[in-house]
Amino acid sequence: MNPEDQESSAVATLDPGPDKVIGPGHDYGSVTDEIGGVVFMPFLKTPRQLFTGFACAFVLVNLLMVAVTWLFVRGVGIWGIVIPVAWGFAIVNFVWWIGIGHAGTLISAILLLLKQDWRTSINRFSEAMTLFAVACAGMFPILHLGRPWLAYWLLPYPNTMWLWPQPRSPLIWDVFAVSTYATVSFIFWFTGLIPDFATMRDKAGNSLAQKIFGTLAMGWRGSAKHWARYQKAYLLLAGLSTPLVVSVHSVVSFDFAVAILPGWHTTIFPPYFVAGAIYSGFAMVLTLAIPVRRWYHLEDLITMRHIECMAKVMLGTGLIVAYGYAMEAFMAWYSGGIYERYAFVNRMWAGGYWWTYWVLILCNIAIPQLLWSRRVRMSVPAVFMIALVVNVGMWLERFVIVVTSLTRDFVPSSWGMYYPTIWDWSTYLGTIGVFLSLMFLFVRGLPAISIFEMREVVHHEAEPVHAHGD
Amino acid sequence: MQKDLPQYWRSLEELAQTAEFRAFVEDEFPNRTPDWNDAGSRRRFLTLMGASIALAGASACTVQPKEMIVPYVRQPEDYVPGKPLFYATSASWGGIATGLLVESHLGRPTKIEGNPQHPASLGATDATMQASVLTLYDPDRSQTVTQNGNISEWGVFVTALTAARDSAGARRGAGFRLLTGTVTSPTLAAQIQEFLTAFPGAKWHQYEPCGRHSARAGATAAFGQPLNTIYRFDRAAVIVSLDADFLCSSMPGSLRYARDYSARRRAAAVNPNAHPPRLYVAEGTPSITGGMAEHRLRMRTSEVAAFAAALAQELKAPSNGSSAAVRAIAKDLRAHPGESIVIAGEHQPPGVHVLAHAINQMLGNAGKTVLYTDSVEANPVDELASLTELVNEMRSGAVESLLMFGGNPVYDAPADLNFLAELKKITFRAHLGVYSNETAAWCHWHIPEAHYLETWSDARAYDGTASIVQPLIAPIYSGKTPHDLINVLMNRADRSSHDTVRDYWQRQHPAADFNDFWQISLHDGVIAGTTFTEKMPPAAKLSTPVASAASGLEIVFRPDPSIGDGALSNNAWLQEMPKPQNKMTWDNAVWISPKSAEHYGVTTGDVIEIAFQGRKVNGPVWILPGHADESLTVHLGYGRTRAGKVANGIGFNAYALRVSSAVWQGSGAAFTRKSGGYPFATTQHTQTMEERDPFRAATFAEYHQNPGFANPPDKHVSPETTLFPQWQYNHHKWGMAIDLTACIGCHACTIACQSENNIPVVGKTEVAKGRHMNWLRVDRYYQGSLDDPETLYQPVPCMHCENALCELVCPVAATVHSAEGLNEMVYNRCVGTRYCSNNCPYKVRRFNFFLYADWNTQSLFGVRNPDVSVRSRGVMEKCSYCVQRINGAKIEAEKQDRPLADGEIVTACQQACPAEAIVFGDLNDPNSRVAKLKRERRNYGLLEELNTRPRTTYLARLRNPNPDLDKG
Repeated sequence: MNPEDQESSAVATLDPGPDKVIGPGHDYGSVTDEIGGVVFMPFLKTPRQLFTGFACAFVLVNLLMVAVTWLFVRGVGIWGIVIPVAWGFAIVNFVWWIGIGHAGTLISAILLLLKQDWRTSINRFSEAMTLFAVACAGMFPILHLGRPWLAYWLLPYPNTMWLWPQPRSPLIWDVFAVSTYATVSFIFWFTGLIPDFATMRDKAGNSLAQKIFGTLAMGWRGSAKHWARYQKAYLLLAGLSTPLVVSVHSVVSFDFAVAILPGWHTTIFPPYFVAGAIYSGFAMVLTLAIPVRRWYHLEDLITMRHIECMAKVMLGTGLIVAYGYAMEAFMAWYSGGIYERYAFVNRMWAGGYWWTYWVLILCNIAIPQLLWSRRVRMSVPAVFMIALVVNVGMWLERFVIVVTSLTRDFVPSSWGMYYPTIWDWSTYLGTIGVFLSLMFLFVRGLPAISIFEMREVVHHEAEPVHAHGD
Repeated sequence: MQKDLPQYWRSLEELAQTAEFRAFVEDEFPNRTPDWNDAGSRRRFLTLMGASIALAGASACTVQPKEMIVPYVRQPEDYVPGKPLFYATSASWGGIATGLLVESHLGRPTKIEGNPQHPASLGATDATMQASVLTLYDPDRSQTVTQNGNISEWGVFVTALTAARDSAGARRGAGFRLLTGTVTSPTLAAQIQEFLTAFPGAKWHQYEPCGRHSARAGATAAFGQPLNTIYRFDRAAVIVSLDADFLCSSMPGSLRYARDYSARRRAAAVNPNAHPPRLYVAEGTPSITGGMAEHRLRMRTSEVAAFAAALAQELKAPSNGSSAAVRAIAKDLRAHPGESIVIAGEHQPPGVHVLAHAINQMLGNAGKTVLYTDSVEANPVDELASLTELVNEMRSGAVESLLMFGGNPVYDAPADLNFLAELKKITFRAHLGVYSNETAAWCHWHIPEAHYLETWSDARAYDGTASIVQPLIAPIYSGKTPHDLINVLMNRADRSSHDTVRDYWQRQHPAADFNDFWQISLHDGVIAGTTFTEKMPPAAKLSTPVASAASGLEIVFRPDPSIGDGALSNNAWLQEMPKPQNKMTWDNAVWISPKSAEHYGVTTGDVIEIAFQGRKVNGPVWILPGHADESLTVHLGYGRTRAGKVANGIGFNAYALRVSSAVWQGSGAAFTRKSGGYPFATTQHTQTMEERDPFRAATFAEYHQNPGFANPPDKHVSPETTLFPQWQYNHHKWGMAIDLTACIGCHACTIACQSENNIPVVGKTEVAKGRHMNWLRVDRYYQGSLDDPETLYQPVPCMHCENALCELVCPVAATVHSAEGLNEMVYNRCVGTRYCSNNCPYKVRRFNFFLYADWNTQSLFGVRNPDVSVRSRGVMEKCSYCVQRINGAKIEAEKQDRPLADGEIVTACQQACPAEAIVFGDLNDPNSRVAKLKRERRNYGLLEELNTRPRTTYLARLRNPNPDLDKG
């Protein structure tokens, strides 16, 4: 750390600048108060934007309820899926949401192991985002089934027929990958929250809050034993999560890579999906963090350093994704396979969805190149807009892969088109509503930034000598 | 420093190192104690966890619902519960019979098969016959006698009809009229004759909207009598079709013709010395036959006559003035005297028929490939004149009572006759019909007619062979037959149709063994010795020169390729059957050629107003490659208003344009574009093979020179391309071969499959989305120019791949491989991920996006095959190779302790196929037909290069073009 910055006391804004992970003048108490204050803020003092945002999101939740009810009453035919395009928005959205979740895991686990100090103020937030994204993602594989009430048949449970899931199917791998991911993400998130729950319990003004936080804190007293156990558990969980960053989206990519369909049957998919997942995940963290940071005046906790770091990760993973696109196209040409080659001709200009491919290139490759410029990275509105564009681009990427490949495969007589219906859109928007609602509730009801870890940061900032070697 | 004391100490306890202190330290600072030191508890944890999972799997029992099982009091003859019985009967379209065997489960007819002993069928059926069983159970069928639209009773009608007859009887029957379709039934004809004898003033009129008006008139003009023509395609080396769709149409005998024609082609594929037939087709509207032609001569329908005349002229006196095609064809014909056929189309004017007869006689074909017999119709009349006479008499008020036996003249009579307006003048109008249709609505009385599967009757086939129509089921809605009505007229109201028919045949066969004769006739489905004897007609008279084609836009009227003249339009199977030419369902369209469409500035989906002879109709345009320029084809049978829930309000009514002077074609039509964007529902959107080769073809000569053409090296994958041992098929190993040389593209297999496998109908909007359910689709590809392409048909069932990609990706093992090589679909296990369909390179899987099967309409339960599950919502389905038939035959063979014979298992598609293009059997039996076919060098697998190792393979199409004609 640059000691000069520490001394500068006159800051015009709360933001301490691009090199700082925390604003100046913070001590343990002020950090606790600032983060806890958000939760203990009187209900009516909640920022107006939060109310408005939640209201909008909750409308979408209700839209989802209607869409899902109608889906269960009528069947998946209410969507635009047909033969040959038997997978549509449901799978596109599933992959998109799962991808978004990846940033959380990466920030929590890998950046923890790599001792990236800038992760601290955004890890709780992105872990929650992971959890909610996985919850949204997890809905789709069940909703998309022809007979969703039999979804449990994908689980290996003993039954009188001695029937087990068919282990060669990537969908079974998905079940394990996603359920493991959801479980580990939840435990990780919850474990991280325990010391903060205890803080909240101790700070709570009314007995109900005390009881709720007290229950969630699970008897945390902050003793040395607790901390020792806690850190070991946290590290273990980080270790457990690390392979998940790679494995989950690799397995999701197998859904496509294992199939024979041109445009799906590609060995590059696992790394390219993982990079894409992290790409979209960071885009989503930025999309959410930037407004929240502003509404709750947390600029001194989520600093420009955080935003810039995330922008750099986006740029990096975006380049990997761009390489993936290039390799896909190159291999389609190089393979000499007529079907493989046509899949790309179809994707780029021959098919009915050629424009989605070019919008995707624009969103995922062209526009994010602006992030090479430090001025763009340092501009919050610019980063926010680019993050939004990347979110759209990554959604389109999944659309291009899932839908466009299916429209035209081997036998020309069976080619077809897919037209999403109002119910496709409702379900998609509905899950965005669920995600945002949960995020708004989380931001309002739980410490959105890890208090105890911020205290550690304060401690390290204050005593850089002691922090050395940790 | 003392070794056992800490250097620093914070309390006396620490200093003393008491046990309590040590416990406290260990508890508070756990880093100092080792973790996971209790191996026993970890094991115990896992044990408990396993036990709890096992307990969670314990399931409860379900109480079965209470059901009553009532045994038969009197067991029907030969009836074994759960086993179907087959009865011979026959179905008539346009009066001409085709023999059938009908499968009956628990007294319900469920499936139509061809009668192998019947000359018009030889075991084959067409799509219409396959679908006719659905009509039997149609909930929209007429169910009660109605008087002026109100429910009445048969007894009341009998009284009313008797009164009407008595009123006419006072004038020896004057003013009493019968209107039937074409009648071949000897019994009905005898009954009507008896009635006409008793009431000489009464008259009998016949009218069939899509009847054989031209053929009858042509034969009469040529020979002075309406002789019946039978063609022997098994003997023909050169065939010239003058707009005749003899392979797949309402032409009598077309099933037999398709069989004979394809048999000759198939034989030539095996034997290089055999002579494959060469087919020339001159036509304007693309037909199934045109699709099979070596040389399809595209011309306006009205130009066919001139072409026929030119051909006749060229044959008579070769000249250089004729076109190259005419010269080449004439040369080919002359090279095969007595071995060729010139066949005129049902829709061509009588003059073309006369020319065809003359040419056949000139070439010595008469008596060899073209046979003549007496007319199979009981009373051949010019039906157009007959109907016109009736209408004229109605207009003049001479008709007091009209009794209509079936038919729907209000809807389908020529528009210029104004049938409805004249009908209203009649004081007693009664209509017998399976549906209470447009005509019934304007009649005082409507009587529900028995479906042919509920009827005792008889009919003649294309060659005169008579068959008994025997019922499979008692009339569901107390339907009556024409025999019943005549019996009422003859004061024998209590006489049953059965007795009437039996008595007639007893009169024909008065011998003592009549009972045996009757039983054998019923059992065989043909009455022995009734086939007409061949006649040698006099030389055809070339009466009037054929009128040259008129200029101006031509309009051509055709029965619809799927629903025919409209009588069957409420049949949802036929509505959803893709029309072979454009794969369109649930609609009719105005067909126009690409060039004309460009010329007139219309495109597919534009709605145009066609004006013809002062009448106007709006219909949507379909641009059809291969159609003649300056010509429109409209299909009859749509635009119904009282057909039933299925057909009401779909398509447009082309009968409204059809006048008696132009029943099949006319010129001087005009049209204007009204709007665009009409939504068609087609099952195939891509019309060409897109530089791929799912369909492989060569000429016979090329094949015999280069037998490996269908299997280029880059398409072949060795079966050894795996690290794993191959599955050993020790017992059976099922497989299918589809001969594209034989296949004509008629879609009978599609409907046969639908009937056999309880495949639901999804409706137009679902088809438009791409959710049709046909397990067996027929792909149609165009090759060549847009104006006049070659049309290629390829039936695609499930390939039952050895390396089935669908099986690999199903997460719940709902699609699995059987020990006999079948790719099986376990509906009950399917959760509906649809991954299998995505991974199927052939896209033969079909998904129940909604609850497509009708679980509510009671009457439709009857049509279902009890051997096949009715699928529910959210379940994938696909071709099973008719596994129910495989297992049925296996059980039967096992019971009799004998091996299965080749040909014992026949899939539904194979059974229906008139061309015998589909062969199923055991690949482990080297002598089975399928194994032999697969050994042919032209056998290839679709997408074999993907290493799916399909069990359904194709035999490449072989053609026999004329080297003198560049084209083809």
